[in-house]
Formats: sequence, structure tokens, C-alpha cells
Amino acid sequence: MSAIEIVLWVAVPYVSIIAFIAGHIWRYRYDKFGWTTRSSQTYENTLLRWGSPMFHLGILMVLAGHVVGLFIPREWLYAIGITEEMYHWGATVMGSFAAVLTLAGLAILIYRRRTVGPVFLATTVMDKVMYVFLALTLGFGTLATVVHQVFGSGFQYRETISPWLRSIFGFQPQPELMANVPILFELHVLSALALFALWPFTRLVHVFSAPVGYLFRPYVVYRSRDDVQGTRAPKRGWDPISTPDPQRLRRP
Amino acid sequence: MKVMAQISMVMNLDKCIGCHTCSVTCKQAWTNRTGVEYVWFNNVETRPGVGYPRTYEDQEKWRGGWKRTKRGNLKLKDGGRLWKLAHIFSNPKLPEIHDYYEPWTYDYDMLLNAPAGDQIPVAKPRSLLTGEDTKISWSANWDDNLGGSLETMQDDPILQKMSESVEAEFSKAFMFYLPRICEHCLNPSCVASCPSGAMYKRAEDGIVLVDQDQCRGWRMCVSGCPYKKVYFNHRTGKAEKCTMCYPRIEVGLPTVCAETCVGRLRYIGLVLYDADLVAEAASVEDEHALLAAQRSILLDPNDPAVIEQARKDGIQEDWIDAAQRSPIWKLIQQYEVALPLHPEYRTMPMVWYIPPLSPVVDVISGSGADGEDARTLFAAIEKLRIPIAYLAEMFSAGDPDPVDLALRRMAAMRSYMRGVNLDGEGDERIARAVGMPGEDLQEMYRLLAIAKYEERYVIPSAHAEQAHDLEEMGCSLDFEDGPGMGGAGPFGSSSGQSVPVAVENFQSLEARQTADRPSSPGRVNLLNWDGNGTPRGLFPPKDKDVPQGDMGPVQSTGKRNKGKDV
Ligand code: HEM
Ligand code: SF4
Ligand code: SF4
Repeated sequence: MSAIEIVLWVAVPYVSIIAFIAGHIWRYRYDKFGWTTRSSQTYENTLLRWGSPMFHLGILMVLAGHVVGLFIPREWLYAIGITEEMYHWGATVMGSFAAVLTLAGLAILIYRRRTVGPVFLATTVMDKVMYVFLALTLGFGTLATVVHQVFGSGFQYRETISPWLRSIFGFQPQPELMANVPILFELHVLSALALFALWPFTRLVHVFSAPVGYLFRPYVVYRSRDDVQGTRAPKRGWDPISTPDPQRLRRP
Repeated sequence: MKVMAQISMVMNLDKCIGCHTCSVTCKQAWTNRTGVEYVWFNNVETRPGVGYPRTYEDQEKWRGGWKRTKRGNLKLKDGGRLWKLAHIFSNPKLPEIHDYYEPWTYDYDMLLNAPAGDQIPVAKPRSLLTGEDTKISWSANWDDNLGGSLETMQDDPILQKMSESVEAEFSKAFMFYLPRICEHCLNPSCVASCPSGAMYKRAEDGIVLVDQDQCRGWRMCVSGCPYKKVYFNHRTGKAEKCTMCYPRIEVGLPTVCAETCVGRLRYIGLVLYDADLVAEAASVEDEHALLAAQRSILLDPNDPAVIEQARKDGIQEDWIDAAQRSPIWKLIQQYEVALPLHPEYRTMPMVWYIPPLSPVVDVISGSGADGEDARTLFAAIEKLRIPIAYLAEMFSAGDPDPVDLALRRMAAMRSYMRGVNLDGEGDERIARAVGMPGEDLQEMYRLLAIAKYEERYVIPSAHAEQAHDLEEMGCSLDFEDGPGMGGAGPFGSSSGQSVPVAVENFQSLEARQTADRPSSPGRVNLLNWDGNGTPRGLFPPKDKDVPQGDMGPVQSTGKRNKGKDV
């Protein structure tokens, strides 16, 4: 086990995870106002109408696929009757479909970002950085799948990458599992880790606001006294009058 | 019964001269920022005309507001919750910037810096979206005063609804102005469309606001509002809307548009309504019955049962008192001359309009007849069927009767008051013809013609003990210059922490306006001088011995200093 491997498969993942979590907390506290999709639809909709749903539908499928492939041990799937062949076939077919959808959507979105004047001018530096790492991650991931899964003999990432990732989350890192992983998969993992570290500082924070609650709340929202979340810090010295708790006097 | 209070407005269209003062002052107060260049919380449309954004009233196209399902429930016209979420990645009903207009400025620099030459320099229009030269081809009031209307008028959604082909004749006969703000609806479809729950109706006064810290830019409210009165700030990625100038309302001041209205035609006051009945009233089957249904949920503030319930529901005495003195209640319920804009959208709008009589009068006077004679006026109202039908499409879902009654009462008031002025007493037959006692006509005349500031605006202040609840609900639009974030932050325009707007800001603003030193630190020039103090560089020095600091010697402006030794 070389030092490089420890850094890549133990240190980098934890740094990325910490940046991801702490970053989100910091961003939410510091910048609720900047927490938005920053939709550019008012500028242009002919391209967005295709690009955005394609990309989002694709990436959500990709995410779901990753959850199944990475976090669910294959023994569990065997237990419910999903054999290796079934899994491999499903993952390759659905994965390829999702990848085509995502990449085509991404291509439209990036093309639109670059060519539509107002959209380009409204693009921040972080948007650009985000797109670089998003495209890299998706690109390496697709390439790895095409090379090894579709045309190659099939790489058993459920014996290597998946347990490695679970070992990270179990706080028992096993970097040796990554020793013989093909370079394309390694690059895919590393660029994804970089993307996760950048995530809280980009517009991707909108993913964590996916408005599921909308399905369950009453249509019209009223707000008044009790459920107010003020933006102003309470003034020092102006705490409301309250009776102290006499129990505290009796505590030993 | 659950009694709630609602700040509402009535505009007397009879008196609107279409000067756009309201729009301009509103813009200066609220939307002269980047990202909302194209936004007019208050806009004035010439009708007939296509409106702003273009053809917003065509709900078959834009699908804002509510619709009644076969089972008698209300559903968002654009589709249910799942439909909304399924279309969140690209909202198919969102107006694009060109449905409003492409905002522009002029290359003023050219006027100042052009080298001397034979030609007079011109300031070319520049797009505020791309910064490039642009050709101005539309704006918020492009068809003002029917200018160029022959080309666009046929797109007026209301004319399209009316069966006869009336456009060309129409413009000769009838034209009026329609100032519009957010309706602060009792059943707001914008709020219902917001996936993140960032939009809310304030329980205390019914003002509908967007919580800028919770808005995530899903932009469903923009398409949800049938009046298109929620706008998308394309720099910050957040929805913004008319705030009913809540920081002013909270201290008892009218909105900026009302305060500055040249025609003094806006009235602001409270109404009490029964919140339990809103949904029921908004879902009556017959569209023509919607107006009556909405009127029926407004509660009589003088009814002891209502007062008692209002107290139970936590409405303060001075608010009940204000509701009793409310001009809105009188115009809507007592005189029945004010009508809601498009009740058929089923949002229960709370900015109501007195339909314009003046075009009718103009037609009569134009033909040489007596425009103050009741019989002539009534006959003309009868005869001008097409304009009445047009007004009915706007204010009563197509039912001509309420518009007819409102116009007749306005006409009766006119004739009756002539009697009072010329003969010393009004003709009671006129009053009876419109089903109102003569005293009521006189009262109405007082309210519509000579009411003073305090009668037009009956606005109770927010309660001090509630104030910290009200003021800081996080609707602050004032995010520029957040700590540490100069201009566009790394996460997009104005990211960073918010600077609260507060009731106290009113005091500090007033203090600033009447202070005797300029408020902007550093170098002061003609462009950023706020009129206070005498900064160095703007005035020739008076006394060479006075040491001059960066802000210049502090000299009194004379304001607020009467009696003091200066
Ligand atoms: C989970 C639910 C999600 C929802 C509801 C959602 C919704 C949205 C919306 C409304 C926009 C603005 C589109 C516009 O009008 O301009 C947007 C943009 C975007 N989203 Fe999502 N999103 C989701 C998940 C994701 C995920 C998982 C990713 C990627 C990892 C992602 C990446 C992006 C990107 C890159 C853009 C910018 C597109 C552009 O304008 O160039 N989103 N999203
Ligand atoms: S008019 Fe105002 S309150 Fe009514 S739906 Fe539109 S934005 Fe909402
Ligand atoms: S300021 Fe008054 S008179 Fe002028 S356009 Fe506005 S509402 Fe009409």
C-alpha cells in the first residue's frame, strides 16, 4: 500500500465528504438567499425545454442506479432473486439509456450556456467550474462503462469499488480494494469526489431543496407570529421577561 | 366563522389619466435594481390593449389561477401538484422575457464624451440583457393611448372573447386606463403553486409576500398567478412581487403608488372576511355568481356578532375600528360601485375597481348632448353595449348587470350632485332610479370627489407588540450590499446574508432625509448627492479658513432647524 493510494482512497474521500457536509451547513447559514436554481428560463426556453428535462431525468436515473450498485451489497440482491446476469444486463441497458439522456441533455445545456448571450452573461465562475467537473465525472463514468462493461469483459465493481465506498462510510477504510481498479473508473471516482467537494459552493445545492413537501402541504400558506423565522438577530438586552426555573435552586 | 383582516385597495378608474406616475414611483422604490429591470410591480395598461405581459389575460394560453373540477373542488388551472413537479425542470407556461419586453438603457456616455464634430451625438439603445445595441420593439406600455394599437389590438384577449368583431369601431368609442398591482388575493394561486412554500399570505393583514430566503427559484408562482404579478428576478434567481409597500403600511402610510397617484383615485383600507368560507365562495359553479360570492364573505364590521368573533380571533380594537371606517367596505359593499378584476380566475382578488364612466360622458358630450343629465346618461349606458360588455368581461366574468349598476350609480351621482349645486337640492327620483337614498349618493360623492388623505387611506399601524413578528418575515428585497458581498457574489447576484428591512428603518430613513450631512461617505458629486449638506466640490468654498474634511464642512440645510441658532 503506497502513500499515494492512502491519500487517494482514504484522505481524499474524507476531505471531500467533510467539505460536502460542512460546506452545505455553512452555505445554508451564510447564504440562504443564494440558495436557488437560478433558473435561466426567462432568457431562453427553446433549448432549455429539451435540455433540462432530459438531463434531469437522466441524472436522477443515474443517481438511483448508483445507489443500487454502490450501497446495496449484491448478496442482498441475490436474496431477492436478482442474479448477477440480470443485474449486469439491467445496469448496462438502463445505465446506457440514462447516460445517453444525461449526456445529450448536458450537451444541450452547455451549448445553450455558451451560445445564448444573456445566459452566458449570467453564468458565474462557479457555474463554469461546476460544469467542468460535472462533465468530467459523467464523461469518465460513461467511458468506463462503454470500455469495460459494454465492449469489455465486464469489470466487477461490486467486488471492489462498492465495498470500498461502503468501507469509507463505515469508518473502516479499505484502500486495498481499489488497488486493481481500471484507470477510467479511478478517474470517474476522483472527479466525482472533486465534484462533491465543490457541490455546496455551486448552484447544485438546489438538489437538496427538491420540493417533495409540496405534495403534502395545504395549498395556501399563512404565516404569522408563531411560525415566523426572522432575519434579524435578537437585540442584546431585549430578551423577553420569563420566570426563572425554581427547580434550578434545588439542584445539588 | 374565522375573521381575518385584509388590506385592500379600490381604484376609481373614472379618474385615471394614465400618467404612469404610480408606475414610476413604484419602480423607483422597489425595482430599480439589476435583475428586475423589466419588472413593474405597478403598471398602467391602456384598454383595449394587450396588457403587460402581452395577453396575460388569455388563461387558455397561460393557464394561471384556479379551475373548478367536476366534483366541485378547486384545482390549479395549470394542473395538480404532481403535474407541477413533473414540469419543474422547464416550466412550459413561464413567460419569457420577450413576453414582457427586453429591458434597455441608452448609451448616455456617448452624449457626454463624444468628440466635437458635425453631427449631434445620439444615445443608442442598449439591451440590458446582452449589453449590445438593440432595437426597441416593445415595452410595458407600448400601446399606450392606443398608439400602434391597430396592429396589436386584435390580440387583446378580451376582445377575442367577445363574439362581435368590434375592434376598429371600439377604439373610436372607448378607451380607459387600467393601473394594476398584485391583487393580494384571498385565495392566491401563486402561493398555492409555490413548491417550496416560500410564498405566504400574512395572517395579520393578508399581504402576499415571497420569503426571499426560502424561495428556491422553481418559478411556478410566476405561471400560477393569472394576473402575472409575480416576477422572476433573473439575476438573483428568486421570485419577487408587489409587497403592498408593507414597510409603509405597517406604520400607517399608504403604498407609494397610492401616495403619489396624481388623480388621487386610490383608496386603501381594511376589510374583514370569513376565512372559513373562502374556498367555498371561490368554487361556486356559475362564474357570474363569483362576484356575489366574494361579496358575501366580506363581513360587516359593524355587526356585533362579527365584532365579537373578530376579538376572539385576535384582531385588535383599533383594527376593528379601522375596518368600520374603511372606504373599501363602503365602495364594495354599501354603494356596490367597486368590482374585482377578473373574478373568474377564482383567486378572490382584493384590489377592486370602479368602472370608468368618463368614456360614456365623452361620447355624450361629443354628440352635443348634456353629459350631466341623468336620463341621457342612463340611455347612453343602455346604448353602449359593446363597451359595457368589455367592462363586464374584465370586472364581472361577463355579466353586464354589476357593471351596469355601478355605471348607473356613478351617473346618478353626477346628475344628483348637479341638482344639489345648481338648485340647492338633488332630484330624489334619480337616486331612487339607482336604488340608493339621496344621502348615500352625497356620501359617495364626498368619498369619490373630495375625500381627504385620512379618508382615502384608513390604515391602522401594525401593533408594536406584533411588530417584530411582522416586519422581519424575511421578505426583504433589500439585499444589495450584504456584508462582505460587493455586487455579484461568487454564487450569483447578491448572494450572502440579508440586510433586514424593519419598521425602524422608516425612522432612520426620515432622519437621513432630513439630516444635514450627505449620507454617502466619500466623494460626493452631482450624481450621488442626496441633497443634504454642502459637500466639497459641489459648492464654491465660502470661507478659506474653514478646514475641509472629506465630506465638506457640515452646514445646515435649514430643514428641521427652525428656531435653532445656526
Ligand atoms: C432532485 C431534483 C431536482 C430538481 C427539482 C431540479 C430542478 C432544477 C431546476 C428547476 C433548474 C433550473 C432550470 C432553469 O430553468 O434554468 C435546474 C438546473 C440545473 N440542475 Fe437541477 N434539479 C434537480 C436535481 C439535479 C441534479 C441531481 C443535478 C446534477 C447533479 C442537477 C443539475 C442541474 C444543473 C447543472 C442545472 C443548470 C442547468 C443550466 O441552466 O445550465 N439538478 N434544476
Ligand atoms: S394577484 Fe398577487 S396574490 Fe393574486 S395570485 Fe397573483 S401574485 Fe398572487
Ligand atoms: S398615478 Fe394615478 S392617475 Fe396616474 S396612472 Fe397611476 S393611477 Fe392613473
